[in-house]
Amino acid sequence: MTSILIRGGRIFDPATGVDAVGDVFVTDGRIAALGTPPAETADVVVEAEGCLVLPGFVDLHAHLREPGFEQKGTIATETEAALRGGFTTVCAMPNTEPPPDSAPQVADLLERFRRDARVRVLPVGCITRGRQGRALAELAELAAAGCVAFSDDGSPVADARLMRRAMELAADLGVPLSEHCDEPALSRGGVMNEGALSERLGLPGAPASAEVAAIARNIALAEETGARLHIAHVSTARGVELIADAKARGIPVTAEVTPSHLFLTEEAVWGPGSEPAYDTNARINPPLRSEADRRALIEGLEAGVIDAIATDHAPHAAEDKACEFDRAAPGISCFETAVGTLWTQIARGELRLATVVRALTAGPASAFALGHRVPGIGTLTVGGAADVVVVDPSVAWRVDPSAFASKGKNTPLAGCELVGRVRAVIAGGVLWKEEASLHAGRAARSR
Amino acid sequence: MARSTAPQTAPAVPATQARWTRKDLLDTEGLRREEVELILSTADAMAEIRRRPVGKVAALRGVTVATLFYEQSTRTRASFEVAAKALGADVVNLTAAGSSVEKGESLIDTVRTLESIGVDILVMRHPSAGAPAVAAKHASMSLINGGDGMHAHPTQALLDLYTMRKHLGSLAGRRVVIVGDILHSRVARSNLWLLLGEGAHVVFCGPATLLPRHLIRSLEGTPNFHWSTDLEAAISGADVVMALRLQKERQEHGLIPSVRDYVRRYQVNAERLAKANPGVLVMHPGPMNEGIEISPEVAHGLQSLVEEQVANGVAVRMAVLYLLAGARAR
Amino acid sequence: MTSRRLLDAEALGRTVRRLAHEIVENTDGGRDVVLVGMLTRGYPLAQRLAEAIARIEGVSVPVGRLDIGLYRDDLAHRNDLPSIRPSDIPVSIDGKTVVLVDDVLYTGRSVRAALDALMDFGRPARVRLAVLVDRGHRELPIRPDFVGKNVPTSPRESVEVRLAEVDGEDGVYVVEQEVAVGP
Repeated sequence: MTSILIRGGRIFDPATGVDAVGDVFVTDGRIAALGTPPAETADVVVEAEGCLVLPGFVDLHAHLREPGFEQKGTIATETEAALRGGFTTVCAMPNTEPPPDSAPQVADLLERFRRDARVRVLPVGCITRGRQGRALAELAELAAAGCVAFSDDGSPVADARLMRRAMELAADLGVPLSEHCDEPALSRGGVMNEGALSERLGLPGAPASAEVAAIARNIALAEETGARLHIAHVSTARGVELIADAKARGIPVTAEVTPSHLFLTEEAVWGPGSEPAYDTNARINPPLRSEADRRALIEGLEAGVIDAIATDHAPHAAEDKACEFDRAAPGISCFETAVGTLWTQIARGELRLATVVRALTAGPASAFALGHRVPGIGTLTVGGAADVVVVDPSVAWRVDPSAFASKGKNTPLAGCELVGRVRAVIAGGVLWKEEASLHAGRAARSR
Repeated sequence: MARSTAPQTAPAVPATQARWTRKDLLDTEGLRREEVELILSTADAMAEIRRRPVGKVAALRGVTVATLFYEQSTRTRASFEVAAKALGADVVNLTAAGSSVEKGESLIDTVRTLESIGVDILVMRHPSAGAPAVAAKHASMSLINGGDGMHAHPTQALLDLYTMRKHLGSLAGRRVVIVGDILHSRVARSNLWLLLGEGAHVVFCGPATLLPRHLIRSLEGTPNFHWSTDLEAAISGADVVMALRLQKERQEHGLIPSVRDYVRRYQVNAERLAKANPGVLVMHPGPMNEGIEISPEVAHGLQSLVEEQVANGVAVRMAVLYLLAGARAR
Repeated sequence: MTSRRLLDAEALGRTVRRLAHEIVENTDGGRDVVLVGMLTRGYPLAQRLAEAIARIEGVSVPVGRLDIGLYRDDLAHRNDLPSIRPSDIPVSIDGKTVVLVDDVLYTGRSVRAALDALMDFGRPARVRLAVLVDRGHRELPIRPDFVGKNVPTSPRESVEVRLAEVDGEDGVYVVEQEVAVGP
């Protein structure tokens, strides 16, 4: 295996407290030296002056679409996108066709990952058979097959009794349940956040109470069962409060937020013009919420109530979005803009660097207890897995979905200028480097 | 010819008149006052044409207008068709039922096909809010929103305003009460923006489950906006009362306890109208459920403008078609 | 832009009176005549002609106004869409002598449109054309029956009639558009 030297960057790792300019030396898929220049010469040198050198990012929530929806994305295309976005570990959500609700399905997935994935992919198994919300999947078998969490993401487990049974089993297995918290009786038909804007646009709204009620229910069940409940993509201010309260009471709850909910509000549905655009690319589930909610999510992240930033990367084919707003498939292709929006928010002073990096690395690794499977994941440690990201925190660039590696070009950020970009990634010891042509963005930085 | 030495002022350029520059008419929200004036004054001229023995002109000769309705409608579609024909345009009528739309063709493919056929102006009605906006983005032809979901119905609101103006002159300070299922009403929304722009007092009135609570909250502090769940209180001092159609499925969905309960509390009837200003005008966008949101004697009474609304609809739609066709020519 | 005055208020008044005399002489004293002024300035001119005819003959001639915007043949070519106003012809024109009145006769296309518009109101026995200024350059086989003043012009020039009712003063001007000079 080639040896790689990342030279002269600012090594920053909240998990170990390291924050110093220095070198990172990688050989044989491991970090061989950290900080001080190594004695050996490297096969490849990455100049990282002015850049941040960070642990590879861990994404708890992504949709790779394979098998079943290859027109939207494949394991090969979407993990390439993950790599370019700095994500060296990705948890694949189970809403595929067929879904991983049995050990053979998980084995098939693992084989696909081994063959096609550019980064480490960990499977999330179904809570219920066929994600139908009627009968439990064989959770023990799924855990044994390698699932890192259980989820029916996209289809919340509406039946409270069934959810309680799932929690009892998951608690016993020590595997977290990642739940899309949504009370369908309240959100049914809703296609954007319920509020003054949805009523102006005439679009059916999904009220915040739909998420809040489901979070409250699931926290109550977690408290009774002792299950490790992970709240997927929390989007409401009240939801953050409930999570904070549960944590304060010692209930084993973790939570994630998406870069989209941190950066955007429901106004993205209207778009930038004076007339509403009904931008289908801003349709996402849970919906983009109000500015007050966005502020509360930022506060919750800064306060440590929210443990992780997860992309909910959801690529779609063009025809899934080129339609009426209420018929558009929900989801945003997020891998390749996550760093851009997050570092833009750092530049604006909305988020702190340490918060963002922790929520992309050690935070998610600990939420799903991934350290047991991948020693050193989410940190930079000598001898640990060589997952390293080099981020240029100050380069300005314009989002051009046609340049995405992802098959999903669906983003409401097209044309948006962002600050901060992934320059190089080492995933499992293999180097990817941004091509020089993209350095055109440098000019914008010295504006 | 020698120039005169006498002091002469060059003739002033005639006062610039408002010009129509929009490609599409999608909503009344965002329409400028002078655009509204231009539509209404043009509608005046169109109304005059409708009164002539011939009743039509050839101004839009060679222009193709298509109506594409994904929802049932007799009145609006017929009104647009008559308006387009009165201006000499060719008219194509399409319904979602029985067309390629039913075979799964996407909205955008349908719109592009119509454009390739040579349609210049497309009048669209669609159950999804924003569908005309999405279509307009993908087409260079002009789009007229003939009603989209709960969002907007701009020509209805313009004809309502035109009708009110004919009777009341300026609407500044007038009290217009809109009664019924405001939450699901594109007519109420489009009227709201226009009427606030005219300086009218707008009162939204209906049961709590059928009011857009968030929109109402966001309008608190707008001096001319009011709301009430009590029709007797709302109607007091009203110059115009507009009743909205109550869809019967609202009861099935639990939004009202029963139609009977709705009638008791919100039907516009003679007894309630007596509390309004003398000469109060009664309007309804149609089609009416007589005996539900409006009593038959009021629907057909002296104060009812319902038929006049329909007649004015043709003139207003002629004006809109004419202005959009003119903007296309440029 | 330079302009020169062709008629002042007094000369314009004399011209209108002379036109009124000619109309009276050629229409059997104004019998069965309807004056129809083309908007914008043909209409006040038609009203002035009616007043003059009343003074000369003691007869009251009905006056209508006609908007021709919807009958133009150049909707597809214009940069400024003509704004449309209601026409109003207060009497039936069936069997009458309609005198169309306009301020300036140029290509003849407005008159062609006016003839179309008129036919939508009825079937007059005959239609005559009265204009304050004929500036030439006809593009259609149309000629005026009553002309206030013939003014030879170049296509670069335009003729502007100003009327107190519309413009606050009376007068006729020839305006020459200056050719833009490059930098």
